[in-house]
Amino acid sequence: MTSPAAYPQSATPAMGERRLSQLDALEAESILVIREIAAELERPVLLFSGGKDSVVMLHLAAKAFWPAPIPFPVLHVDTGHNFPEVLAYRDETVERLGLRLEVASVQDYIDDGRLRERADGTRNPLQTQPLLDAIAEHRFDGVFGGGRRDEEKARAKERIVSLRDEFGQWDPKNQRPELWNLFNPRHRPGEHVRVFPISNWTELDVWRYIEREDIPLAPLYYAHEREVFRRDGMWLAVGPYSQPRDDETVETRLVRYRTVGDMSCTGAVESSASTNAEIVLEVAASTLTERGATRADDRISEAAMEDRKKEGYF
Amino acid sequence: MATTITATTLTAAAPGATTAPVQPTLLRLATAGSVDDGKSTLVGRLLHDTKSVMSDQIAAVERVSRDRGLTGADLALLTDGLRAEREQGITIDVAYRYFATATRSFVLADCPGHVQYTRNTVTGSSTADVVVLLVDARKGVLEQTRRHLAVTALLRVPHVVVAVNKIDLVDFSQEVFDRVEAEVQAVARDLGVEDAIAIPVSALDGDNIAERSDRTPWYAGPSLLELLESIPSSEDPAHEAFRMPVQLVIRPQGAALDPSHVDYRGYAGQVASGVVRVGDEVVALPSGRRTTVVGIDLGERTLEEAFAPQSVTLRLADEIDISRGDVIAAAADAPAPTQDIEAVVCWLGDAPLRPGQRLLLKHGAKTVQAFARTIDGVLDLDDLGAVPADSLSLNDIGRVTLRLAAPVPVEDYAVSRRGGAFLLIDGHDGRTVAAGMVGASLRTLDPAPTRPEGDEEWDI
Ligand SMILES: Nc1nc2c(ncn2[C@@H]2O[C@H](COP(=O)(O)OP(=O)(O)OP(=O)(O)O)[C@@H](O)[C@H]2O)c(=O)[nH]1
Ligand SMILES: [Mg+2]
Repeated sequence: MTSPAAYPQSATPAMGERRLSQLDALEAESILVIREIAAELERPVLLFSGGKDSVVMLHLAAKAFWPAPIPFPVLHVDTGHNFPEVLAYRDETVERLGLRLEVASVQDYIDDGRLRERADGTRNPLQTQPLLDAIAEHRFDGVFGGGRRDEEKARAKERIVSLRDEFGQWDPKNQRPELWNLFNPRHRPGEHVRVFPISNWTELDVWRYIEREDIPLAPLYYAHEREVFRRDGMWLAVGPYSQPRDDETVETRLVRYRTVGDMSCTGAVESSASTNAEIVLEVAASTLTERGATRADDRISEAAMEDRKKEGYF
Repeated sequence: MATTITATTLTAAAPGATTAPVQPTLLRLATAGSVDDGKSTLVGRLLHDTKSVMSDQIAAVERVSRDRGLTGADLALLTDGLRAEREQGITIDVAYRYFATATRSFVLADCPGHVQYTRNTVTGSSTADVVVLLVDARKGVLEQTRRHLAVTALLRVPHVVVAVNKIDLVDFSQEVFDRVEAEVQAVARDLGVEDAIAIPVSALDGDNIAERSDRTPWYAGPSLLELLESIPSSEDPAHEAFRMPVQLVIRPQGAALDPSHVDYRGYAGQVASGVVRVGDEVVALPSGRRTTVVGIDLGERTLEEAFAPQSVTLRLADEIDISRGDVIAAAADAPAPTQDIEAVVCWLGDAPLRPGQRLLLKHGAKTVQAFARTIDGVLDLDDLGAVPADSLSLNDIGRVTLRLAAPVPVEDYAVSRRGGAFLLIDGHDGRTVAAGMVGASLRTLDPAPTRPEGDEEWDI
């Protein structure tokens, strides 16, 4: 199309000009955030589930402090329904990077009666209490999370540095201004901040970065054969925490996971993508969001994520 | 533009090295304009018409729209994601959305129009490369239009596009468009915005959003998307002086990941402006000690040069005293640290600012105590000039004189957005109460600075 464009210059930088590519600009922003929080706060912690977003965040943290080690521990809120290969990957990664791992266990809470299993079997919403207790117990004042704004409409509203009151609650109607790239994590005693260094990354950015940096991931992100059954339009894995009902039939399919969460409610997608490059192509062509494709719990209600976040969820 | 620099200046054979010219560049866009002028609808339309909305998201929006008895999908729901926003039909806080075309990646910040949420609009615009200011063709310039344009001008957002919206409701009239455009341009000129470009659009129907409309045959310019794709990317940092606020000193000692790094000492930060090369002479501020850059690291990679906005770690020839908050700057062209600042602030605190008040000021990686000496005026949105004031209230834009407890190497915001921007923070509860711009000024209608009562000689 020919147009009398209002701006005479080209938007595409000329050869040799200093411009950061999109991935480099995102990386620079994330490292800035991670360093600033580590410097301003006394007891930060990074939420590490073994999922791709938290792995990318950890990779960025390693770059931010190199050649010093990452100067804070990592925390996993273990639902007790995790994929075993993700837990194995989590432990390998912690070992490889020499990190200190804290685990807050939903199972412990269920065993001693502090939490009760939900009727629908999903344990995602049950993570909030153990998370908040761990934050209080360790007096963590900054909690890095791998949330991205493109994931969900309530997350799209959240600041990079996001205040939580003494009950761990998020108040979406009264967020602190966040100006330029000057981050302000100050808070009163008892409050803490959640920090989302990869807020501005999309799922595609994450995969392009994993490909570019050759970051190892848990194997279930890549196509593999698995016994699955169909529920709510998703392929759920047959496993100790998710069993087919009588009217659901088990099939072996070539699948991979776009997100890894609680086994009982995280769906696999049919895919033959077995390399990062193939996944980048697949994600670029996808017409469903990763949550829409894979998370049963987010379909419960229009505002499921917002309600959980207000209570202190990730 | 400097085009003589070699294509790849990175020494290590990094995977996916930087500066590849074929990569799409990132453009950050923020919406502005009065409540209900159609900002969210426009962002939704832009996403929808560029096929950037996933099918499950559009299905969710269609479902909610149907439940409310609407015939079509209300595209504003793509960004108005909070429960309270959907109940009230307004935007409360910024929503960030992402989409890409062949040449550009966009971060869209859909900001609220309501005066109560101005601080959120300031948040969204502070990082913007372009502000799209919406004006309802039927209503023309309103108070919030003026306020947002004033904020945009003060923040020195590089580009402003005026979307004269709801053109469908004025019969696609050129006369109305011309009148509204003239009205907006007059305000823009008064505020020092010279190059705003206006487009007639219907966010609801998509006219002149992604495609040019045949319902405005009298309009020969580009669609909004075409315009956004043609906005030049930011200036080459080679034109700026080098500055880097030090966020952290990296000294692993015995904890080094590799024993060869036990003596490593590096200064970590994001290059705020300009370019730094190995061998450059630099100065640490505020101490004024000089040294030379001997190495630049980005993780394990070693670079020959770094430029804004890369996050890197600098190694220096001498072990001079540099700590967090100091600024490393080009030795030949360094700003003078000062304890006295004149600035324009957008006041975002619920309680007013009064002369004599103590606050914290954050600039770069440095936070110092600050004292409001005087309030030198507040912007009157009708006259677009400063009038005398004793205090600044929520959402006021005012000029203040501050005294700092320690010297800080600020720059004029007009010269460097990064070097001239600061936050004012309430030291008691940690809240961010102002966005500040060093050296900015308001057109003065009647300057009559107020003094702190009975404490003329107060010094920190
Ligand atoms: N006829 C017509 N209606 C429009 C157009 N653009 C928006 N609207 C309607 O105007 C109303 C407000 O639109 P929004 O997009 O929510 O306005 P907004 O500027 O985002 O409002 P705030 O974020 O609350 O400031 C809605 O009912 C839209 O459907 C347009 O081009 N033509
Ligand atoms: Mg809106």
